[in-house]
Amino acid sequence: MATAAKRKPRKRAAPKPKATPEELLEFHREMLLIRRFEEKAGQLYGMGLIQGFCHLYIGQEAVVVGMQAAADTDVDTVITSYRDHGHMLACGMDPKGVMAELTGRGTGYSRGKGGSMHMFSREKNFFGGHGIVAAQVPIGTGLGFAHRYKEDGGVCMTYYGDGAANQGQVYESFNMAALWKLPVCYVLENNRYGMGTSVARAASTQELYARGESFGIPGERVDGMDVVAVRAAAEKALKHVRSGKGPYILGMLTYRYRGHSMSDPAKYRTREEVSKVRAEQDPIDRVAQTLLDNEYATEEELKAVDAEIKAIITEAAEFAQQSPEPDPSELYTDVLVDA
Amino acid sequence: MATQILMPALSPTMTEGNIAKWHKKEGDAVSSGDLLAEIETDKATMELEAVDEGILGKIIASEGAENIAVNTPIAVLLADGEDASAIDAAAAVPEPAPAETVPEPGAASGFEEVSAPAAAPTPAPAPAEPEYTGETQTLTVREALRDAMAEEMRDDDNVFLMGEEVAEYQGAYKVSQGLLEEFGEKRVIDTPITEHGFTGLGVGAAFGGLRPIVEFMTFNFAMQAMDHIINSAAKTLYMSGGQMGAPMVLRGPNGAAAGVAAQHSQCFASWYAHVPGLKVVSPWSGADAKGLLKSAIRDANPVIVLENEILYGQSFEVPADPDFVVPIGKAKIERPGADVTITSFSLMMNVAMEAAEALAAEGIDAEVINLRSLRPFDVETVVESVKKTNRIVNVEEGWAFAGIGSEIAAIMMDHAFDYLDAPVKRVCGEDVPMPYAKNLEAMYLPDAAKVVQAAKDVCYT
Repeated sequence: MATAAKRKPRKRAAPKPKATPEELLEFHREMLLIRRFEEKAGQLYGMGLIQGFCHLYIGQEAVVVGMQAAADTDVDTVITSYRDHGHMLACGMDPKGVMAELTGRGTGYSRGKGGSMHMFSREKNFFGGHGIVAAQVPIGTGLGFAHRYKEDGGVCMTYYGDGAANQGQVYESFNMAALWKLPVCYVLENNRYGMGTSVARAASTQELYARGESFGIPGERVDGMDVVAVRAAAEKALKHVRSGKGPYILGMLTYRYRGHSMSDPAKYRTREEVSKVRAEQDPIDRVAQTLLDNEYATEEELKAVDAEIKAIITEAAEFAQQSPEPDPSELYTDVLVDA
Repeated sequence: MATQILMPALSPTMTEGNIAKWHKKEGDAVSSGDLLAEIETDKATMELEAVDEGILGKIIASEGAENIAVNTPIAVLLADGEDASAIDAAAAVPEPAPAETVPEPGAASGFEEVSAPAAAPTPAPAPAEPEYTGETQTLTVREALRDAMAEEMRDDDNVFLMGEEVAEYQGAYKVSQGLLEEFGEKRVIDTPITEHGFTGLGVGAAFGGLRPIVEFMTFNFAMQAMDHIINSAAKTLYMSGGQMGAPMVLRGPNGAAAGVAAQHSQCFASWYAHVPGLKVVSPWSGADAKGLLKSAIRDANPVIVLENEILYGQSFEVPADPDFVVPIGKAKIERPGADVTITSFSLMMNVAMEAAEALAAEGIDAEVINLRSLRPFDVETVVESVKKTNRIVNVEEGWAFAGIGSEIAAIMMDHAFDYLDAPVKRVCGEDVPMPYAKNLEAMYLPDAAKVVQAAKDVCYT
């Protein structure tokens, strides 16, 4: 295991987790899929196979995995910022298609025309992948508007970061969502830094989820490093939203281990800070530890899962490197829908 | 298996790097996330973390080594249980080559094709517009726009109207009169004053399968929503590889009204026409207004409809048939002529038509073309006219620099250079913010006299 080599079952009886062994194994698997995918994306970036901006989700995996575990994936929609690879995998998009988009190939989800920050899957109800900080918030609110208009019972999970929380359009969206009681669950991923500026240096108040209060939107702080806690909070929030009471804000306290993007030297925080979070709060290690403590899985079984996931990621990376670049004719397609 | 650690690319522009410091030495155990080295890139000093765990078997590029190309091996990592003999093996086995040399099916020929690309496909001309011979009724432009929305809303439940004061107030300029009564508050929605927010919300609703009509009280306020119009609405179809776009209408009055000065008097035609992924129309007559708006609502793309407040109250004969539409991308010859082509759109068509009458009195026979669509642009109709008249004057309210008239000049260079007997002339708003005082405002705007003078200039009379 890359994240915690020295895990052993504890002697004392472990507290009963609020998830079944099967669920925990699934959470572990999905989070590890995202982790290994992102590590590979970082490697491919380092090899020059991925260009431009590449924002990794490593450390934040519990947020999207816990949220999706509570979602009705048949109808609910998901939208997020440019730190989007994890959300796509959690929505069930194929790692091969995502990685091929990162390497700019014709087999990518956007046929090589979107890249890391702009990927979509209508089939999987994933609506991007948006490169402008906070632009996804009104769009997600509009997806919620469409859910209500069509009366399909769906909710839009609208993710945004602590950096986006200072954009005016977030509050324009809150106002309309609360005014019209739109089915939107706002998921604030507070990873503590908007690029290189800490929340304390950027925001007048630290409890960003509470900024919905003036609009009458309930919000709560959630341990975003604990997938089981995230799911529990998501279930509660989604019940509220789906019942027609209007939007809800989940303030996920999380952490990104890597820089803002691949070219971020990360001088705004100490290495010790990162190491401490990794050592004490890693969302994947926490689930693995619970699985071991409760004897739901053995170290060998978890290693086997890791090997299986590494094989999936290796296959995706090979696919992404071997796929052809987009056909030159693609330059001119998809600008307009032919009327 | 022993693996090579390569000099990574740590920025979009990095091609080589220096080893500033090694934090591990040969023989050290390494686990994922450990700091291995500090690398100076072209921009900054970056930390290199271990991805895999193992033992640092060999450092190939020592501390202080400079200008090491990206993807060059800098160290070898041994897996548990491997000894030094694996180092040489790893060093001998080249890692996958960098992107440029990875053989890819079709890549070789693809590169050549990219360096000599086929020209961008010329958009197919809009379908011929059948001449309308059915019943007409006398309507104001305001009523024609309202009827267009009402007819399309009856036809498609997914069409809805949102904007400031569109419902209970019946529209700030009374364009949406009666719509709330007929369609109810689910489909005719008063928004707060929140252009950035409700435009983004409209884009999301379009992503979600609806057909929003977003009304801006005036297009001046759409400046607040520019990011969503350009970045979210216009580009998503392309960025999603054709999976999803934003079928929506963004409409409202554009250009100068009267006496409202700089911030409320601006023509945005060239701004929006600049953007691939948008369609832009700007009606003049009642028939244009109704037919173009109906086409815009049915269109699967984001369409900007630039209306005009002064035209709202003017009356025209408007086709009564609900099947009547004006195809987007088709200009209309409003007044045939032989001596000079005058192109214009929206309110300035009144000026162009007035100028044509004045020119006729002086023996100059002007052909007046109502452009109607600014993107896609009807190159064919304008070029065919110039082949006949050999002269062209464009009239618009907006500024000359990088304006629609400038684009027409470029189109003439591309498609009608050999037919021109005079330079292209632009009659535009003056190159200043719109002044408030009546006399200065009048001086700012194009008028018939300016157009007549321009036409005479190109006719050398």
